[in-house]
Amino acid sequence: MTNANLVSPTTENAMGSATLPQVRRVVICAGTGCMANGAMKVFEQFKHDMADSGLNVILELRPEAADDDVRLSKSGCQGFCQMGPLVSVLPDGILYTKVRSEDVKDIVQQTLASGQVVERLLYKDPATRKSCRGFDDNPFYARQNRLVLHECSFLDPEDIREYMLHGGYESARKAFVEMAPEQICKTILDSGLRGRGGGGFPTGRKWEAARIQNSPKKYVICNGDEGDPGAFMNRSVMEGNPHSVIEGLMIAARAIGANETLVYVRAEYPLAVRRMRQAVKDAEREGILGKNVFGTGLSMKCEVMEGAGAFVCGEETAMIASIEGQRGMPRPKPPFPAQSGLWGKPTIINNVETLAHVCRILRVGPEVFRSIGTKESPGTKTFALTGHVANTGLVEVPFGTTLREIVLNIGGGITDDAGKIWKTGFKAVQIGGPSGGCLTEEHLDLPLAYESLRSVGAMVGSGGLVAMNQGTCMVSIARFFMEFTQRESCGKCVLCREGTKQLLTLLDDVIEGRADAHTLELLETLGHAVQAGSLCGLGKTAPNPVLSTLRYFRKEYEEHVFDKRCRTGRCKALLSPEIDQVKCKGCGLCIKACPTGAITGEKKQPHHINVELCIKCGACATACKLHAVEGV
Amino acid sequence: MAALPNVVDRAEKFEKVCSILNRFGRRPSGLIPILQAIQHEYQYLPEEVLTYVATSLDVPPARVFGVATFYAHFALEPKGKHVIRICDGTACHVKQSLPILEALHKTLGTSEKNKTTPDMMFTVETVACLGACGLAPVVVIDEQVHGQITPERAVGLINDIRAVEALQQTAATAAQPAAEECHD
Repeated sequence: MTNANLVSPTTENAMGSATLPQVRRVVICAGTGCMANGAMKVFEQFKHDMADSGLNVILELRPEAADDDVRLSKSGCQGFCQMGPLVSVLPDGILYTKVRSEDVKDIVQQTLASGQVVERLLYKDPATRKSCRGFDDNPFYARQNRLVLHECSFLDPEDIREYMLHGGYESARKAFVEMAPEQICKTILDSGLRGRGGGGFPTGRKWEAARIQNSPKKYVICNGDEGDPGAFMNRSVMEGNPHSVIEGLMIAARAIGANETLVYVRAEYPLAVRRMRQAVKDAEREGILGKNVFGTGLSMKCEVMEGAGAFVCGEETAMIASIEGQRGMPRPKPPFPAQSGLWGKPTIINNVETLAHVCRILRVGPEVFRSIGTKESPGTKTFALTGHVANTGLVEVPFGTTLREIVLNIGGGITDDAGKIWKTGFKAVQIGGPSGGCLTEEHLDLPLAYESLRSVGAMVGSGGLVAMNQGTCMVSIARFFMEFTQRESCGKCVLCREGTKQLLTLLDDVIEGRADAHTLELLETLGHAVQAGSLCGLGKTAPNPVLSTLRYFRKEYEEHVFDKRCRTGRCKALLSPEIDQVKCKGCGLCIKACPTGAITGEKKQPHHINVELCIKCGACATACKLHAVEGV
Repeated sequence: MAALPNVVDRAEKFEKVCSILNRFGRRPSGLIPILQAIQHEYQYLPEEVLTYVATSLDVPPARVFGVATFYAHFALEPKGKHVIRICDGTACHVKQSLPILEALHKTLGTSEKNKTTPDMMFTVETVACLGACGLAPVVVIDEQVHGQITPERAVGLINDIRAVEALQQTAATAAQPAAEECHD
């Protein structure tokens, strides 16, 4: 596939697009990120300015649109959140970044009226300083392979007819009308699709296990409880292409013989909840959901449930408990949900992204799906690339892509705290969130896939990729994740409940200078014990961040323990601020700045810090114009 | 006389709860959506309402309290008029969200334990991840997302709200000079 094919709306995905007139179109990203940056204001301004300049503006999908019409529409998350609000002009393929309402006039007058590009609104590659006209020459997009995310970047997520005109619900129709359930399961099995929620279990096998159950009632649940902090792939798909989630659910339901489906969405994603609910209503109105689906006499229901804020509910059995109105606590498996799940009936739970892939597999066939990615992990995977990288956002690449390609090329390189490129700044990438591990410079050329990551003590997880620069303390990062899992532990298994608490205490000892040689040993032993003694994925993987940082950054731990020193200066308790007696001219600025009165000294004489009173806030260092305060 | 408005209040309260219970069919399986709807109505889950819900659904109060305390989304204490949520997801954390939290606690006089100001104006809480990682660090004030925040900008946003509140206060006192005295 050429790069141009990946983003313009004329790919394999857009089956029905051949019949659509190529109307000029202004697309405004209306994902959470761009909305926060004022995308709706920009949209309104476009409406106003386009009408003012005499353009024939259409706000709704009209298949019979004339050549001189300009369509103005919203799209789901286009993934380049940091540069929002994003505005693209199609089919020209121009992408404007950080558009404010005052810029709209220029876009309307220059681009829409006279076909010129507004240079100042183009994205500038921080590495080469070159302006990028659109998706094709923008390193963030051009190096990706956007198959699941593709439609999010131009479809109006609130317009079911547009989804249908682009081939939407065709796969579901095929599954209901042309295919037998066992055939659907076989197609998915042949495609080699593996669950995108973290575990990587073959989706086809899960479906087949539920299909062969002899039960009049079965359920399909879509897991949209994306609790992993630092990941937002599922949010983007639910916000940007909610109908693909419903379509995937319908196919799964048809495959196992269920007629009730449910989408469990995280409560922290209000826009995703709203769009999913709207999509269900629209699908019901169009007769896609309801009784007699596609004239087959089969019925199909879809409900949207909002989670209530518990990370553990991402675990299948805990989610089922939550849907049943209980505390979200997992239970032992077997029996697997495919045998006995929601209300004791066979249930399958698939991740949002998995379901989006399902639609495509039925559309293009398992061979095409398999043609990218690796043999064991076929297809593409979306990653949420965040942290200290120049381009943060949503990235979709084939399995087998290296970390270097994602972080340094697509991500545009590592940045310092101020956001400037830091060429030698790479320290680590945390993958898979609180369940995952960290990858270091030596893993930069490791092809990312389920097996390869497991072999280095990490996991794909849901796909959060947090890049960290040299200024990040790895012990603090391990503590951050441990605090998270400790708080989110449901409390059922003793080792998870108490073990994570003790791990956190031990990490605090390291960070606050109370640790000794025994501490690190204890961390490892206890970490392995928690892994062994927990029922669900949360506990089994909770010690991963600690164990993996201990494995790759042991020296940093040892510096904290033996030298009582944090090389990044982030661990405040280990700081020992001192005033350079030669540099200090005794101006007294630090005395004024110190909130605890820890600094003393005569005027024009070098000052001193009383370590007992010092709270290591760093106010003195900030105040000193001669940089005489060291060690904070 | 003092008890009368209270009784009316309570009757009204349970009337609303009843309509929510009816909407969800009074099934124990709908407990979470029921509690979400109640919280939407009152901004928190009052204790007496929880026991009322338990009786109505014919389940032990422990079951209702168990669910209400299990999920982070449910609040058992009333929240302030303005709710400030600081994202402490991984991306926000590595981009220094903690100094923002510290700055907010400092300017509002709140803390990890006392999340709400005594005048019930502000509540400061942290949230695991809002999924707006591209804009890290993120602060949400009354459902409005603010991206790429610094401690200074966060304090600035608070001051903006304070200014608006003060203006409204003056307008209200000017309109009703005989109203109750202002405690501020």
